[in-house]
Amino acid sequence: MTGYFVRRILALIPVALGVTTLTFALIHLVPGDPVIAMLGDNASATDIVGLRHAMGLDRPLGIQYLAFLNGLAHGDLGQSISAHAPVATLILEHFPATLELAGAGLLTAILLAFPLGIIAGVNPGGAADLGAMGFAILGISIPHIYLGPLLMIVLSLDLGWLPLTGRGGLSHLVLPAITLGTALAAILARMLRQSLAQVRGADYVRTARSKGLSETGALIRHGLRNALTPVVTLLGLEAGSLLAGSVVTEMIFSWPGLGRLMINAIGARDYPLVEGCVLAYALTYVMVNMATDFVYCAIDPRIRLS
Amino acid sequence: MNLGRGNPSLLIGGAIVAALAAAAIAGPILCGIDPLAIDLKSVLAPPGPGHPLGCDSLGRDVLARVLWGARISLGVSTAVVALTLTIGAIVGGTAAMAGGWVDGLTMRAVDIVLAFPGFLLAIAIAAILGPDLRDLIIALVAMGWTGYARLVRGEVLSLREREYVSAARALGARPARLLFLHLLPGLAGPVAVQATFGVGGIIIAEAALSFLGVGVRPPLPSWGNMIDAGRAFILVAPHVTTAPGVAIGISVLGFNLLGDGLAQLIGRRD
Repeated sequence: MTGYFVRRILALIPVALGVTTLTFALIHLVPGDPVIAMLGDNASATDIVGLRHAMGLDRPLGIQYLAFLNGLAHGDLGQSISAHAPVATLILEHFPATLELAGAGLLTAILLAFPLGIIAGVNPGGAADLGAMGFAILGISIPHIYLGPLLMIVLSLDLGWLPLTGRGGLSHLVLPAITLGTALAAILARMLRQSLAQVRGADYVRTARSKGLSETGALIRHGLRNALTPVVTLLGLEAGSLLAGSVVTEMIFSWPGLGRLMINAIGARDYPLVEGCVLAYALTYVMVNMATDFVYCAIDPRIRLS
Repeated sequence: MNLGRGNPSLLIGGAIVAALAAAAIAGPILCGIDPLAIDLKSVLAPPGPGHPLGCDSLGRDVLARVLWGARISLGVSTAVVALTLTIGAIVGGTAAMAGGWVDGLTMRAVDIVLAFPGFLLAIAIAAILGPDLRDLIIALVAMGWTGYARLVRGEVLSLREREYVSAARALGARPARLLFLHLLPGLAGPVAVQATFGVGGIIIAEAALSFLGVGVRPPLPSWGNMIDAGRAFILVAPHVTTAPGVAIGISVLGFNLLGDGLAQLIGRRD
């Protein structure tokens, strides 16, 4: 077991290097000149050459790449142009807010998905199933960018229950968490229902039934754990959409996280900051994927660790 | 043809998608209002005669913009799915047919792109490339091609061992002929299901990019940038955001139902 974890963590190194290289390539190889974009079309040639030199963009690409890696190894991601601060500092400042939002969104998704999926799964075809799955299909279809403003109107402006935007206590977290978590909840609930339907006919569930447990009791006490494996796999696959949703959700609710930092940096043509944010997201994503694998092993001991 | 019997998802999804296609193709012509025409006298006008869905903050007709937005959203999504499918089929198919180091190298490249959160890739590419629709399409294709490459490779690897393929190989068919004439048609079913869900996903991604200001840029209407522009007036004029929001919801619902229906259809046939 320990050996497996160590090997997985070591395997992370080439992936992280690949992702880092891709980030560098994105910013440095994609056509479009960041210097001209920053200074505008009317900039003088002297200014362009000057800024290009100041940012080190006049060096050969290979040297820039090595300098980038070297800086990264020392925790130096360069200097933000718009915020006049080190990129690494800005990212560390904004990262906890994003983590908080993503965690709350994930929690909301799980808290919604379990009751929905179980209600639907224990009695497929029943009224509760239809209702839960109808809700799920709505949840998948409604985009974050519309759900967010909708929640703001109803719960914040009309009823005045919750604050409109910004980060603060728990009350600030409710609307963004629902906005972020609903689509994921719907997807998970559908998977859980399908997965429960599959274990329903399994021998061990029938055995539990014959020992006197009710149909629902047998399914929940013995079937649920086995039904969870595909749900956790799906959760890992959907980690990317949770990150994507968090960028949009941060913009809707003026949430001071990494996503808003990045979008504002794009607006300000602050390329070093954009590069740092993209890299932070990519490395987080790689790590989340590894964590999902570990959870997967913990839930299902049948998975052989090879 | 009784494809729809016992398969309401296919019927309802198909009907929604057909209606959307009709709205995107004929809607802008039938409506006849210029989606870019600014009329400062009807700023944020509520729905009423002349403007069935009201007007936005510049007095532009919301219905006309939603219909033009349908053309842009569906056009972009269809183009992206067609391109990702083509790239995925070529990359995945070639990797599976070639095997060995070509396969290994190609799939490592796919793995690295997959290790990158797709939506971030799209944001970064769209932001750096520029404001054209073409740039937006490139960004979304960069996000989506890996999934199809994996799907096609896996399917080709399993189909390759079927008897009809061995027969064609025994008759002397070259790998390219095998791939395009015998293998790719054989995996049309699973690919069609994934592509249908794919359109829904890309509609949402396009709307999100446009909402963030790196997708379809104003004044060109897109459902995403309409929601962004209407957000500030959501209390006084909720119709400005509701119309494009509902349009996205119905489209995604339609493609999801159609995908469910198609999956059920090929599941039954197999």
